[in-house]
Amino acid sequence: MSGSGAKPVLVIGGGIAGLTAAVELADAGASVILVEKSASLGGRVARMHQYFPKLCPPACGLEMHYRRLRQHPAITVLTLAEVVEISGGPGAYEVSVRVSPRYVTEACTVCGACADVCNAERFDEFNYGLAKTRAAYLPHGMAYPALYAIDRSACREGCRECAEACTYGAIALDALPETRTFAVSAIVAATGWRPYDAARLSPLGYGRFRNVVTNVLLERMAASDGPSAGRILRPSDGREPRTVAFVQCAGSRDENHLPYCSAVCCAASIKHAAYIRALYPETAITIFYIDIRTPGKLEEFYGRVSRDANLHLVRGKVALVEENTATGDLLVTAEDTLAGRKNSLHFELVVLATGLVPQTEGLPAAFERDEFGFLPASRAVGNGLPKPPAGLYAAGCVRRPAEVSASVQDATAAALKALQSVRRSVSHE
Amino acid sequence: MNKLGVYVCSGCGIGETLDVARLAEAAAEFKPAVCRTHAAFCNAEACGMIRQDIAEGKVGAVVIAGCSARFKAEAFCFDHGSVVERVNLREQVAWSHQPQDEDTQMLAEDYLRMGIARALKTEPPVPLQDEVSKTILVVGGGVAGITAALEAAAAGYEAVLVEKQEELGGRAAGTRKRAAQMEDLAEAALYNPRIRTFCSSAIEKIEGQPGMFDVTLAAPAGEQKIRAGAIVLATGWKPYDASRLASLGYGVSPDVITNVELERMAAAGAIVRPSNGQPAKSVLFVQCAGSRDAAHLSYCSSACCTETLTEIGYIRQQDAQAQVYVIYKDMRTPGPYERLYREAQDHPLNFFTKGEVAQVRRWEDGRLAVTANHTLLGESITLCVDLVVLATGMVPNGTEDILKLAYRQGLELPVLHNGFADSHFVCFPYETRRTGIYAAGAVRAPMDDEQARQDATGAALKAIQCVEMAARGCAVHPRGGDMSYPAFALQRCTQCKRCTEECPFGALDEDAKGTPKPNLYRCRRCGVCMGACPERIISFKNYSVDMIASMIKAIEVPDNEDKPRVLALVCENDAYPAVDLAGLKRRQYDAAVRIIPLRCLGSLNIVWIADALSRGIDGVILVGCKYGDDYQCHFTKGSELAAKRLENVKETLQRLQLEPERLQLTQLAIDEWDRLPAVFDDFVERMRELGPNPYKGF
Repeated sequence: MSGSGAKPVLVIGGGIAGLTAAVELADAGASVILVEKSASLGGRVARMHQYFPKLCPPACGLEMHYRRLRQHPAITVLTLAEVVEISGGPGAYEVSVRVSPRYVTEACTVCGACADVCNAERFDEFNYGLAKTRAAYLPHGMAYPALYAIDRSACREGCRECAEACTYGAIALDALPETRTFAVSAIVAATGWRPYDAARLSPLGYGRFRNVVTNVLLERMAASDGPSAGRILRPSDGREPRTVAFVQCAGSRDENHLPYCSAVCCAASIKHAAYIRALYPETAITIFYIDIRTPGKLEEFYGRVSRDANLHLVRGKVALVEENTATGDLLVTAEDTLAGRKNSLHFELVVLATGLVPQTEGLPAAFERDEFGFLPASRAVGNGLPKPPAGLYAAGCVRRPAEVSASVQDATAAALKALQSVRRSVSHE
Repeated sequence: MNKLGVYVCSGCGIGETLDVARLAEAAAEFKPAVCRTHAAFCNAEACGMIRQDIAEGKVGAVVIAGCSARFKAEAFCFDHGSVVERVNLREQVAWSHQPQDEDTQMLAEDYLRMGIARALKTEPPVPLQDEVSKTILVVGGGVAGITAALEAAAAGYEAVLVEKQEELGGRAAGTRKRAAQMEDLAEAALYNPRIRTFCSSAIEKIEGQPGMFDVTLAAPAGEQKIRAGAIVLATGWKPYDASRLASLGYGVSPDVITNVELERMAAAGAIVRPSNGQPAKSVLFVQCAGSRDAAHLSYCSSACCTETLTEIGYIRQQDAQAQVYVIYKDMRTPGPYERLYREAQDHPLNFFTKGEVAQVRRWEDGRLAVTANHTLLGESITLCVDLVVLATGMVPNGTEDILKLAYRQGLELPVLHNGFADSHFVCFPYETRRTGIYAAGAVRAPMDDEQARQDATGAALKAIQCVEMAARGCAVHPRGGDMSYPAFALQRCTQCKRCTEECPFGALDEDAKGTPKPNLYRCRRCGVCMGACPERIISFKNYSVDMIASMIKAIEVPDNEDKPRVLALVCENDAYPAVDLAGLKRRQYDAAVRIIPLRCLGSLNIVWIADALSRGIDGVILVGCKYGDDYQCHFTKGSELAAKRLENVKETLQRLQLEPERLQLTQLAIDEWDRLPAVFDDFVERMRELGPNPYKGF
């Protein structure tokens, strides 16, 4: 039905929303160009230990998508790639994509010889900087595409040891960036989110106190392929925490930071409590919250986890976190609005449930933003907002704060809108 | 039989670990037409060599012994018509076992023989080819259903919209905020040339399968027959039965109403006290009326908090001085809805408190007195109001007497304990356990109208995708694109009905005698039927009982009791990538283990266990997905079915005086690669302790 001459759909972002949009579109008969700015697909979810509420690993669903990508002739994946320009209009967009060199070609077999000889180190963004990798690195074990990459900014000057060690001629240290242009009929922006910068929440101590961490860091700590091989430990001394506090709405629902609710942090903290309880049966957990927001079926998960006698829910906002410099322990001052008093309690680890910020940087101006920085309009934002022109669609957390299943729902819907554009552009020709 | 080509790669440490020449000799017993070795078969030149061998007709069955099939798939993608079998000598042998060791060499030779055996039993699949309908049937003419029909039509598909009421519009049409929008939507559907609408109509029966559903409708003009390719179930929700909420005062007074009743009143005009028709000057909302309550609905109905904020707006519009109270468990206004809540909180005559409603009773002046405990005021409070509104929750309306599927496994979609359709609701929320039928809107999960429109658009895409894939003759999720399908040698069927009972997707019907009637377009290609069949009459061109049995037969079982042999049948979806990852991380495990990937653990046929044990293999370990409430099995029931079959076999083992410990099922998630070496090592160790299988050498 797509017929010859049907132009592909451009999907920007290879996280769960972008991957879903790409695979669903291709299976419906469209061709797709999937552009991802980092070296491998999977986005934020690939860095999570488990999904709520099933406590199942994201790699399971991601691998299903990768399996499809490996064999799907209709999907072109470009990694280390960013859209730099969009021109044209609905049904006939011209896009320019800048592809940065990976310095490793498709001939790579993931044998690892390059990393074995490499002695330069780089910041490991997959682990949010909790670890380092060699300059020649595989983003992570389940990475797709399964290819090493070289971070040239981390290389020692003049070093070519990896190129000499590679018996497959897969290393191209002198590769140059290239710009590729594509004619596409529709564009799906699925650029996702980034965590709110916790350092801006200065009373909560992040960045100043070592044992104050964020929810995204906790995911890496809990992951078996993370920097602590699945042990959640205090950064200051590597000990198992015996008391942990979760600070909900760290940035969210706050006119000075994020005026909206980030929608997923409550269920995420409940999940984190489940991680900790499974690891350390003696550890006591307190969640400071305003409202616990676990809509739909997530309520059942909340009910199950919160039955635990070692999990305490305190309704009140945390005002201040202070550190005992001798022990690294933390003093958390918070209201208890149900008891009508203010408490100061000691904890060995504090986790900030930081919110979601839409990731729109670098996205061409053709996509308009709403008052919160998200891409589309929605009911609560009021009427009269400019609607994106037909042909430009948004899916996932760049559209609204959303958990995985809602992002998938969004991405599937955006896939149909894009498919309609493909069909329209064919029938007009 | 296909001409065999064997290509043994020595790259990535394989050559250093193994004697590749001896591997080539092991292959020679199968008399391959071509047998080559190379330092890196994945490079363009070496791939070209294989491609040329195929093009010249020298080989048809290509066995490439090198890295896992999860790598280099693009390089080793040859013409259709040739069979490609990848033997994993890298992750499963060279990277996970002692180099230059006799046991490692034996392991590699076994894997090579097993791969060749598999290739020789594989035929390239031929896709199904039938005339398929691409019409989308949408059941339910509310906000989700109309949207699904309109969106499908906008992509060029014919849609049939069935609504049981006289008019389109559903529940949203009965609300003040949505009535106008629903009129527009309904009109758009009615005037759309690609949409046929049947109101006052119900489904009498649905027969058939994706691409060819035969739908019988009871319509005002009489019975209608429609052929459709896929179905969107958008039958929405019904309010939780308020008569069960006497504890919240429903029935105490006509002035205790539900949010649905309030919407209806607001749509019709003024918001008044039903008892006397006077305007309501003070209104109290009770949130979670039925939701989040073990005695009623276990889930949160998601939309009620935001709906209440909208309804407060109606009251304010009518009377700026009205007093409004909201008693909630938690206010849930996710994302941008938070701003609505903030604005409502800022109004001096709106009072929100967390609390538990303890009692609603008539007050002396005819008003209602509501007592709430555990409020933010730290005590019990009693408020006197004109009107109490119960924010009742949503109950899915689509699991009884709707689709009337003429399926052996039942008339409707299988549901979870909470009444919503069974699916992998995190990663693949649209998939149900009935192929080609996708749930959308509040019948799938509690949601508001805005989300329902988005949801319906996604479900329409899934329906379109299903008809397009049916037209291409391939499977849909989770084996999208798979051209293989099961064939049934029915002349040997004994009508035991195991296949028709166990298919997780209800793909098999039965005739009166109990012979299966396959509906291949409903099939997801998991192989559960193949595993269930005691007569072994079900097979795919590229996956069969005989094929796996041949692989087991290809394992050399030494008589020497120091060399135990363990067969590991692992789920190819999750456990197999975990095995790969253990290799990638260079984790070592016992060389006694021989791994065979299965499409799903549910395709396990117990004859394989009998074959393995009778050949002297010391133990069989199954590694598959977690099952139970939070199942991870891609085919929903496969690993659970395998566990049941295993229990049955254990009883048989005891009769044969074999220890049941020789069989084990381990549930393992894809990210538990770090646990895998110990799982294997511990099992092999237990086999050593049990001593050799007494059938060894027979």
